[in-house]
Amino acid sequence: MHLDHHHDGPAAVGADAHRPDGSRRALRIGLGGPVGSGKTATVAALCRALRDELSIAVVTNDIYTREDAEFLLREAVLPPERITAVETGACPHTAIRDDISANLEAVEDLEDAIGPLDLVLVESGGDNLTATFSKGLVDAQIFVIDVAGGDDIPRKGGPGVTTADLLVVNKTDLAPYVGSDLARMAADAKAQRAELPVVFQSLRGGPGVADVAAWVRGRLAAWTAGA
Amino acid sequence: MSRAALLVLADGRFPAGGHAHSGGAEEAVKAGRISGAASLAEFCRGRLHTAGLVSASLAAAAALGIDPVTLDGAADARTPSPALRVAARKLGRQLLRAARATWPSAELDALGRQFPKGAHQPVVLGLAARAAGLGPVDAAYCAAYESVSGPATATVRLLSLDPFDATRVLARLAPELDRVVDRGVEAARRVVDDGVDALPAPSAPLLEIGAEVHAGWPVRLFAS
Repeated sequence: MHLDHHHDGPAAVGADAHRPDGSRRALRIGLGGPVGSGKTATVAALCRALRDELSIAVVTNDIYTREDAEFLLREAVLPPERITAVETGACPHTAIRDDISANLEAVEDLEDAIGPLDLVLVESGGDNLTATFSKGLVDAQIFVIDVAGGDDIPRKGGPGVTTADLLVVNKTDLAPYVGSDLARMAADAKAQRAELPVVFQSLRGGPGVADVAAWVRGRLAAWTAGA
Repeated sequence: MSRAALLVLADGRFPAGGHAHSGGAEEAVKAGRISGAASLAEFCRGRLHTAGLVSASLAAAAALGIDPVTLDGAADARTPSPALRVAARKLGRQLLRAARATWPSAELDALGRQFPKGAHQPVVLGLAARAAGLGPVDAAYCAAYESVSGPATATVRLLSLDPFDATRVLARLAPELDRVVDRGVEAARRVVDDGVDALPAPSAPLLEIGAEVHAGWPVRLFAS
């Protein structure tokens, strides 16, 4: 019979790097971006790419359904106990930036229930170009846009495009069909982001999520080295 | 301690999870009981004098230093709907996190150890007020105001209601809010001698039933 977890101290308040029992918590990576840009598909692909080498869990922030969580469950990218959904009251950006308490509880509960994790992916609900994750919730963030959303998005900038630790330009396979100029997107992104990395990705072919997975491995190595 | 701490605690932007809850407004909108400013005002008035009064008295009692475990039991006894108990504990846990970060205190840490998954939100609110150097009246005002401000802001999102109309609804409830706070604090002071049975226990059956209905929806904007 497993009783309530016994904590030596009260639970963590914010982004403390250690859990109440003194062990180092999992690396938390946020994925944000506009509706339909491929956040959930990227999360699913990352789980498939990394689940054999890392202990992973996912928190989704659906706007008004549990569809993203259910997609991940249906695709069986992780066992169901490793996926949890947070309800956001019609304001997905509030739940990842201004009032992060529900998300913090979700990530902490996952780690308490499953045991030590290496990586927690926190997926935002589809939002606008200004939505970013609080540093109190995640250690690094990925902003996912797609070529079909308009090749002027990198030029327009905004906090997501400009400041995310990794910018992913998704669905590059669609570029010829929607008239998007990938070279222009790359140049605009470079102008907005200086040295911050950008990945062009198509999950339907080519290397798939490999570049993003490699970036995640790098962040995790840095996180572990900081222990 | 500064009285202005009350403004911090009562601020709708205090990061304690309230933005994801509608206080029953989402279900009431779908059922047609809230369709505009007038029916929002009636909904809020009903909530203020029932759930609002209970919350105000619990918060005031906690701020007076009454044992939070006993108060949490009293809150359970006054919350028939399991869905509302879950929501109240979720919000209590989120408020505790924000309060511990904002006004660190041994009492709040102890509450976190006693209720790792959350105590009822008004109880936490009362202890948060104590930690902020505020008193029972302040705690009751926060609780009573939250009982109506949550549904009002949720209705702005749900019905695209004119935000000026929603704010006017709240402003016009102010005199009643004062009276609810007076009653809640008076009851809380009686708890010191008479125990938690002195706390008021009015209930709003439709809020309880609506919360159960809402919890079963597959698609919704708000958590409660």
